[in-house]
Amino acid sequence: MTAKPKFAMYWAASCGGCEIAVLNIHEKILDVDANFDVVFWPVAMDAKYKDVEAMEDGSILLTLFNGGIRNDENEHIAKLLRRKSQILVAFGSCASGGCIPGLANLSPADEIVQTAFNTLTTDNPNGVYPRVSVNMPEGELHIPKIFPVLRPLDQVVDVDYYMPGCPPESHQIAAVVDLVIKVVMGEAQLPPKGTTIGAGDSTVCDECTRARNVKFIKEFTRIQDVAPVDPNLCLLEQGIPCNGPATRSGCNARCPSAGAQCIGCYGPAEGVMDYGARLITAFASVIDAKEPEEIERILDGIPDPVGQMYRFNLAGSLLRANKDAWKAR
Amino acid sequence: MTNTFEPTIIGFTCNWCSYRAADMAGTARMKYAPNVKLIRLMCSGRLDPTFVLRAFSSGADGVMITGCHPGECHYIEQNYKALRRFLLLRRVLVGLGIEAGRVKLVWASAAEGAKFASETTTFVEEIRKLGPLNWGRKDKDEGGGMNDEAEDKNSSFIIHNSSFEKEVPA
Repeated sequence: MTAKPKFAMYWAASCGGCEIAVLNIHEKILDVDANFDVVFWPVAMDAKYKDVEAMEDGSILLTLFNGGIRNDENEHIAKLLRRKSQILVAFGSCASGGCIPGLANLSPADEIVQTAFNTLTTDNPNGVYPRVSVNMPEGELHIPKIFPVLRPLDQVVDVDYYMPGCPPESHQIAAVVDLVIKVVMGEAQLPPKGTTIGAGDSTVCDECTRARNVKFIKEFTRIQDVAPVDPNLCLLEQGIPCNGPATRSGCNARCPSAGAQCIGCYGPAEGVMDYGARLITAFASVIDAKEPEEIERILDGIPDPVGQMYRFNLAGSLLRANKDAWKAR
Repeated sequence: MTNTFEPTIIGFTCNWCSYRAADMAGTARMKYAPNVKLIRLMCSGRLDPTFVLRAFSSGADGVMITGCHPGECHYIEQNYKALRRFLLLRRVLVGLGIEAGRVKLVWASAAEGAKFASETTTFVEEIRKLGPLNWGRKDKDEGGGMNDEAEDKNSSFIIHNSSFEKEVPA
């Protein structure tokens, strides 16, 4: 009997939701266990980095890598897993485009550290700050250094496939697991390198069942200030900034069908180079005004333009970060 | 101190008005700053904000967008669309730390060669005052990009290598 192909999953700068999404494929997880030898998955099993380092290059068939690259430990493991893996998947929004941890690219790293260790609500009377190395009786201890900006996985190593979502939908993960198992059995072929898998090629609007008419709005309003929200009409037409027009399909328009606006976790739709740019175009098209003053008044209804346009994509966007973050000295 | 900084500016022109204004400025031998690299679009409404972001991320110091006067668009009202995109895009750029003055929207008809020339020269001077943007790259006068300020107690914890360039594996 030949040995089972090896599977690994790793989390860098992420929240852990992706791991839960993988476990959320329910009994399909048994297929993963039946078809793969799980060799490295820090959240689910005990393994040491040195075990991975000892493996032969390319010996892991499939690695799902979630999380962005925030510190030198993330970077080290990204490069290590790239060497050891045949298929490296940027799994989830953090690894694909930076996601919420990527919004830290709006602030210089010093400020991030200050916020974490020295705010009014932080209990840190002795002003303790992280130090890279500290000497203890048992020896010298190290913690990772952080980078000035967070980077998605493909800005650090080559990525074979992208799987967006915050987290990826479980039915999509299950479909990808099925596909890889079929490939292992020789019953299917892998898609071309660089493909986004486990998602659609169109936009969330395409999957959304809300009625769309001619979109023209005089005002943007936060959804919590709209009462009641029409359950059948396009949210953008109701003046609610909904990110559906720029966002990749694949989630079955979960949020709009539950009465909430799309916030864009599936990232840019196929062919979109910069998510925010596409969304700027979409929003600008629905504004019903021709005078600059009137347009500015309507735009005031989007209080945080960068957060609205790049909530899940800042680190993966064309500009990647605020100037203060990368210029930090 | 001598200022040797020459701004790089990308200018988007519409085929029907502002490109012809630029053409006219040329045929009339009007002098204006040579820093603008013009890209002709069929209409200012064709301007995808991606173009502007791409220009900045590729090293432009300023972006000038030009089109027909309001009400005079060859395609009826696409320049209004350009105006709305421009205003929203500018808010996003400011949120990312790019000075609002680095983008400019100019309306110029085919007869306004002089206006095109003077607006261009003004914009170049404005950008010269703002200085280089050099997006994502290390400033030349900042050394290697590593932090040497010992008094900053976080300095050893943060890697101050502020370049976007991907490491090329050996």
